[in-house]
Amino acid sequence: MRNQLATELLFALSQPGRRGALFPDSDVPEKPLNELIPQSALAAKPTDLPEVTEPDVIRHFVNLSTLNMCVDTHFYPLGSCTMKYNPKRHERLAGLPGIVDLHPYQNPSDLQGMLELLYGMQEMLAEISGLPAVSLQPAAGAQGEFTALLTAKAYFESRGEKRTKVLFPNSAHGTNPASAALAGFDCVQLESSEEGLIDLDDLKSHLDDQTAVFMVTNPNTLGLFEKDIKQIAQMVHDAGGLVYIDGANMNAILGYTRPGDFGGDMMHFNVHKTFTGPHGAGGPGAGPIAVRDFLADFLPGPVIKRTETDSTENQFVLEDPPKSIGRIRTFYGNIGILVRGYCYLRTLGAEGLKAVSENAVLNANYLKVILKDVLPVPNGDLCMHEFVASASKIKSENGITAMDIAKRLLDFGFHAPTVYFPLVVTEAIMVEPTETESKETLDAFAETIRKILKEDPEFLREAPHSTDISRPDEVIAARNPILQCCEPQ
Amino acid sequence: MDQGNLKFTKTHEWVGVEGEIATMGITDFAVNQLTDLVYIELPEVGSNCEAGKVFGEVESVKAVSDLYSPVSGEITEANTALVDDQSPLSDDPFGTGWITKVKMSNPAELDLFMNADDYRKFCESEAH
Amino acid sequence: MPYLFNTPEQQQEMLQAIGVDSVEALFATIPSELRLNRQLNIPPALTEMELQTHVSNLAEKNVGPSSRVCMLGGGAYDHFIPAAVDEIARRGEFYTAYTPYQAEASQGSLQTFFEFQSLICRLTGMDVSNASLYEGGTCVSEAAFMAMRVTKRHNRIVLLGSMHPEYRQVVESYLNHLNCEVIVVPSVNGCVDPADVDKAMNDQTACLVIQHPNFFGTLEEAEQLTEIAHKYGALSVVSYDPISLGLLNRPGDYGADIAIAEGQSLGTPLQFGGPYLGLFSCSKKFVRRMPGRLIGQTVDRNGKSCFVLNLQAREQHIRRDKATSNICSNQGLIAIRATVYLSLLGKQGIREVAELSCRKAHYAAEQLSQIEGISLLFNDRPFFKEFVLSCSEGPDYLLRKARQAGFDLGPELSRFEFQTDSETYQTGVLVAITEQRTREEIDRLVMALKA
Ligand SMILES: Cc1ncc(COP(=O)(O)O)c(C=O)c1O
Repeated sequence: MRNQLATELLFALSQPGRRGALFPDSDVPEKPLNELIPQSALAAKPTDLPEVTEPDVIRHFVNLSTLNMCVDTHFYPLGSCTMKYNPKRHERLAGLPGIVDLHPYQNPSDLQGMLELLYGMQEMLAEISGLPAVSLQPAAGAQGEFTALLTAKAYFESRGEKRTKVLFPNSAHGTNPASAALAGFDCVQLESSEEGLIDLDDLKSHLDDQTAVFMVTNPNTLGLFEKDIKQIAQMVHDAGGLVYIDGANMNAILGYTRPGDFGGDMMHFNVHKTFTGPHGAGGPGAGPIAVRDFLADFLPGPVIKRTETDSTENQFVLEDPPKSIGRIRTFYGNIGILVRGYCYLRTLGAEGLKAVSENAVLNANYLKVILKDVLPVPNGDLCMHEFVASASKIKSENGITAMDIAKRLLDFGFHAPTVYFPLVVTEAIMVEPTETESKETLDAFAETIRKILKEDPEFLREAPHSTDISRPDEVIAARNPILQCCEPQ
Repeated sequence: MDQGNLKFTKTHEWVGVEGEIATMGITDFAVNQLTDLVYIELPEVGSNCEAGKVFGEVESVKAVSDLYSPVSGEITEANTALVDDQSPLSDDPFGTGWITKVKMSNPAELDLFMNADDYRKFCESEAH
Repeated sequence: MPYLFNTPEQQQEMLQAIGVDSVEALFATIPSELRLNRQLNIPPALTEMELQTHVSNLAEKNVGPSSRVCMLGGGAYDHFIPAAVDEIARRGEFYTAYTPYQAEASQGSLQTFFEFQSLICRLTGMDVSNASLYEGGTCVSEAAFMAMRVTKRHNRIVLLGSMHPEYRQVVESYLNHLNCEVIVVPSVNGCVDPADVDKAMNDQTACLVIQHPNFFGTLEEAEQLTEIAHKYGALSVVSYDPISLGLLNRPGDYGADIAIAEGQSLGTPLQFGGPYLGLFSCSKKFVRRMPGRLIGQTVDRNGKSCFVLNLQAREQHIRRDKATSNICSNQGLIAIRATVYLSLLGKQGIREVAELSCRKAHYAAEQLSQIEGISLLFNDRPFFKEFVLSCSEGPDYLLRKARQAGFDLGPELSRFEFQTDSETYQTGVLVAITEQRTREEIDRLVMALKA
């Protein structure tokens, strides 16, 4: 049961004079503060943070944590997000002294182990993508997209070309258009074909000498491999443009095929997804990008280089590429997440990675097949690592929506799939089981969906029934946003 | 306002004209598509608007939609009551849910728009 | 294989249900000419035991604060992290969940982020905070974009030259390729003259970005600069040090429109530069122009108070190319760390950490600058916890000598480009002192440098 008292807002737990952390007295000669800092810059009164004890803090946040569903506790088939198991060894190793406590401005000769690790990561990502030049800097997939688009822009400018358009299909994730707009491109959204793939005719009609980049997710957000990708890439290249592969779905194709081999010029990885980051209640992620060699000189600085020098000098160095687009963040990247990704790749090796994709694809196809009589999947026969079902038939028959199903699943101890994305499927239910789930779990999940679909639609509209809260009122929330509990003082 | 006297745009704004003043709003069709409205941003009185350009926005839980000005001119009034309560937009979109009044600089722009019948047909085709 | 479940028998059963005869056949939609016909060339798999040895060996090649006293600064600081922060951040319920899309199954994260937003508002005196951005540098560009949306001035922003040079580079990469001028007002003697800023501003400027305390540790005339920004109808964007707000005026108190920061100091280890925490707060009237996720309080169907992702219509998954930012995954877990850290510190603790850092830094500056050949580069300016030393023998000499004695100072200013005075600046070395440093350590450094 919820501990009501401990989970009140932190501010309500505050009592004047309580302390959660004590610090030693100053050991340097005491001077009046206003001799150190001008009075005018000093705050007139102390910052009014809540006053609680350490046991308060622990009980409060531990209790709150138990109100979450997570991968450690539940099946979490959130499509597009690759909610796979997060190995515990990663947490230990990313926390080792010599990893977790390094300052970014230390002397490089004191960082050779870290730089060697990151260099190894660059090399592995280059091999997995089939694209030779890697920047580890982007903080997440979205920043990877943006960074690659700037890289492409700089490349075109170096050739005296000014290309203004970025194309993407209507099944694209929202970050694709948002990143393109941020990078100052005009956005052109293409229709998908009947099969849920890129419509070659529509693509053709939009390609011209203004086309800078075509952004494509492969496998796409419907969980389908773009089988014409080679031809698509050829068409884009013929128009003088570049192909960007959104690598959010790499979990389906590791060791089977590589973006560089199917025509991609640039891509991002979502290390928090494919290489089990973890997801951290929303982040941090890491979104390294890999690009073709003719784009390498434009990557953001610095990148890690291995030098062929004698042993007295540093073997690994940080270097700015010669025509770099500049910095896209402070320091070098979300290193803590990259270290975890490195540990994952070193644990699996080549065979292990291939087995990951095989089992991810097997699990998705199996779940799709045992559900298809009740939850039809409009596009594709075989899927890759995820599938997108539609509840629109059920909705028209008895009013049950994708949202109702998602909410009711929570009652049965399953996290909901992604719903209402991608936009090309109405009443979309996007299921990504991942490879780290058993057949037993998939069977139980399918069984539960069947049960739910037989329930009273009215009852489902009120679901969930057993969670800590029922459905929140989003209209009230948005009309009069309450975004903090403190009145401005 | 009587819908029969109004003109309609493909972006679901309506315009009613009295003399050189055009009153503008959004249609019931648009409001239904947006579902529950939570916010509206109005242009400043005295500012200029341009036909086909954004002059404000409406927001629901599910979407933010730009408002495109059907005509060019100077904003003479804005329905500030909507800022605190957006319900007239859905309850009475052609009456108390009006959004702005504009002193038109080029009334000929009105000729481009649909009448009520054509607009209904247009909506039917959009709904599919 | 680690982490996999399906036994060969189960695989067979599943394949049968699907109606194909091999796993290979599931990949039929990938045309054969696109297949990789060899194994990936990556290092061989390691067991947990072997991996631990391998990573430990790499870690041992690094020389970190465990063997050297850290007086490094420049935007990342060695503040103390109470054990309770790690304890909460290590809970699988937090770190193995994702963005709280399903509010009913995520009240833990949602309430924690709501408390995070509330704490950041109290800390800064601002009205609203989002639930995090990537890090301090990208916060500046997000603030600049937001200022352009608010002011509808898209072609010009002004930055103080005393800002972190890497933040400036980030903004330049984000804005230069657009039609936006980034004007940098040079710093003189470690800070910027408000009169120079006044000259650089005009009525087409979207915002003025002030870092206070600045990259050199020095205090800027933040209030006066904010007034100057407002005089031109521009937004005042202040990049602050969150620890400094235990002592200094809050951005909200002196009228900042947007307050941003690198939040690493609030309970996150240095970990070679990331993941860190972008703090972003602003005045209420701009809330619908804000980038990033926002958590709001509301009620459920039974009228029970609860929390939910709010104002999502601004975000990329709904607004796509017109979104207020492209950010999707943010820095959630680091925001949780900051929430726990600020809860533990409380009103008294944040003041103590600020005061201790400030007092010890002043002691260190005083002692170090008495050494022959060493002086404070900007000696007439007030500073908070960080200052710049200049050494007659050059920065490398100073750094080397300190290292030999077991101290890491820096970064040296010669790593960066500054617009002005670059010759004087080239000699400088930053020194940052947190509450963790002791008088004994400082005295030992002084002795070593005197020798
Ligand atoms: C297909 C796709 N592209 C891009 C992204 C953006 O990645 P990130 O959240 O790491 O910025 C996502 C993540 O949600 C995604 O699913």
